[in-house]
Amino acid sequence: MGTVAVHGLRKSFGKVQALDGVTLDVPDGSFFVVLGPSGAGKTTTLRAIAGLEKLDAGSVHLDGRDATADTPAARDLAMVFQSYALYPRRTAYENIASPLRARRCSSSEIAAAVEQMSSLLHIERLLQRRPAQMSGGEMQRVALARALVRRPRAFLMDEPLTNLDLKLRVEMRTELTRIHRSLGGTFVYVTNDQVEALSMADRVAVLKEGKVQQVGTPAEVYERPANQWVAGFVGSPAISLLACRAEGDRLVGAEGWTLPRPRWTTAENGRPLLLGLRAEDLSVERRGDTSLPGELYGLEPLGDRTVVDVQVGTEMLKVKARPTFTGTPGERLHVTVDLDRAHLFDAGTGLALSESGR
Amino acid sequence: MAVSVDEAVSAGPGRDHTPSRRRRGGRGRSVLEVALLTVLAVVMLFPVLWMIETSIKENRDVYAIPAKFFDFKVTLDHFKDVFAGSGGGRSALSVSFLNSVVVAGVSTALATVLGVPAAWAYSRFSVKAKKDQLFFILSTRFMPPVVVVIPIFLMYRQLGLIDNKLGLILIYTAFNVPFTIWMMKGFVDEVPAEYEDAAMLDGYTRLQAFWKFTLPLLLPGIAATAVFALIFSWNEFVFAIFLTSSDSVRTAPPAIAGLIGGTTIDWGLVAAASVVFALPVLVFAYLVRKHLVAGVTLGAVRR
Repeated sequence: MGTVAVHGLRKSFGKVQALDGVTLDVPDGSFFVVLGPSGAGKTTTLRAIAGLEKLDAGSVHLDGRDATADTPAARDLAMVFQSYALYPRRTAYENIASPLRARRCSSSEIAAAVEQMSSLLHIERLLQRRPAQMSGGEMQRVALARALVRRPRAFLMDEPLTNLDLKLRVEMRTELTRIHRSLGGTFVYVTNDQVEALSMADRVAVLKEGKVQQVGTPAEVYERPANQWVAGFVGSPAISLLACRAEGDRLVGAEGWTLPRPRWTTAENGRPLLLGLRAEDLSVERRGDTSLPGELYGLEPLGDRTVVDVQVGTEMLKVKARPTFTGTPGERLHVTVDLDRAHLFDAGTGLALSESGR
Repeated sequence: MAVSVDEAVSAGPGRDHTPSRRRRGGRGRSVLEVALLTVLAVVMLFPVLWMIETSIKENRDVYAIPAKFFDFKVTLDHFKDVFAGSGGGRSALSVSFLNSVVVAGVSTALATVLGVPAAWAYSRFSVKAKKDQLFFILSTRFMPPVVVVIPIFLMYRQLGLIDNKLGLILIYTAFNVPFTIWMMKGFVDEVPAEYEDAAMLDGYTRLQAFWKFTLPLLLPGIAATAVFALIFSWNEFVFAIFLTSSDSVRTAPPAIAGLIGGTTIDWGLVAAASVVFALPVLVFAYLVRKHLVAGVTLGAVRR
């Protein structure tokens, strides 16, 4: 068993409202990612679950039992800190053994568990070193081992990959998914990296300014963003948003363009809307019917693709194109839109329009 | 923020910082620098040198005019007089040295035991009006001791603490606790709180986390702070002279001062007593010199 549920968490630091009614439900055995920009309250949420943060309001339930008043030790959780927080005077072995020593395991049990963890994480040769003698990636693995050496209710991970270089980060992403699969257990994983969230999570909760914006599978969050902000935060390059309104069977842009109205939208005429278009749902043509007229603004060649910035009136569209695409700035272009994959948001509230017909 | 925590973690507090200091000192000084420093050193150290010379001169050499710098007969009689009484047994001075050891030692130990956990609490917990409290604690050090010596004298008379070692221990502890809290808070702030968080998640209680994980990292800071407190208590004169009177209670500073003022002054004895008095402080300062610099420059240097 290992369910984690938080309800109505509120916490302020001085004038900053870090958590503003956060409610989450982490199913047993899931890899649950809390995604958000820095300052969204992700870490505070995790620390609240761990019992390290005194809450203004709200409750934490572990395995269905109210654990709000429990000490961190009594909650039976393990945590990986962003800074790793390895004990500096102790060897890797002692660091990994620490949770077992605290629970008064016999030294033979400890030796067996540390050995098992170190082979799982390939850190056998590091065991006698101190943190100061390790690289960031090595410390990260030792910190993981210290968390994983026990079988707690849940594993909490606070941006564990943020301080690693890119190559290592990609490697560890796969590694963590592998560990989750082989060990099982409930993972609550905090990150500001949407790629981590989309690639590792069973479920994602998107957090902004202490409020949960959306909870769902990675596909749901990506394909059906609950609001304009989630749409903009998840996905790279960022989704392009164009002001428009519905008129009859057409969408009329503030910049003068028109597109056929998507069949699935129920928006009433004249209501100010935002049309959200992801780069991969657009293509650059030099003519077309379901297309937006614009000017080439700039190119970002990324190797496997080229991101084309197209200026439509005063607004900017990011379009994914073939890596061989070339053009000169100022050149007239048409951007073809896959309207079945477009998103519409209310321009006032930012909420996604009902897509029941889709 | 993330970077600074990471640096702190990877560097590890209490790490040896000698390489950087070695880089700063020694080599590469200009002639002018050396000359100025030499002049400064001579001016600063001359009284100390004179004290040491006087303590090993015979009495007639002490009064010799012109003063003898090098060609005098060395004698250790004055040092013998410091410890041995005229009629055999222990001298009054040696008793006062013992008193100083007891008073300074116990008050420093008390201040450390009280101040370190307080500093930890102020560093780690959200305390109501924390800044005001800390300012209040510090403000007790603003006034010169002589301002409060009379009220304290009157209170102590009521309590029977006049001419009592316990009285001195209490007042020195009271003066050292604020200092300990402030200095130790700086050291505690430097140790990332995440070590304790990690320890609590490992299954330790908050106090165990402090005791097993943070305290060992604080030991250099505690040593530096304790030496400062010890030096304060050891050197303290005003309270000692007002609050004690008998030879059996008196600490060394007023006892040495008491040697001056008779019809004849035994300068040799005064100097020898002063040398003996200064030695422990010098030894302690030398032992923890690395941490003293860390303590003095704390916060000023980004490690």
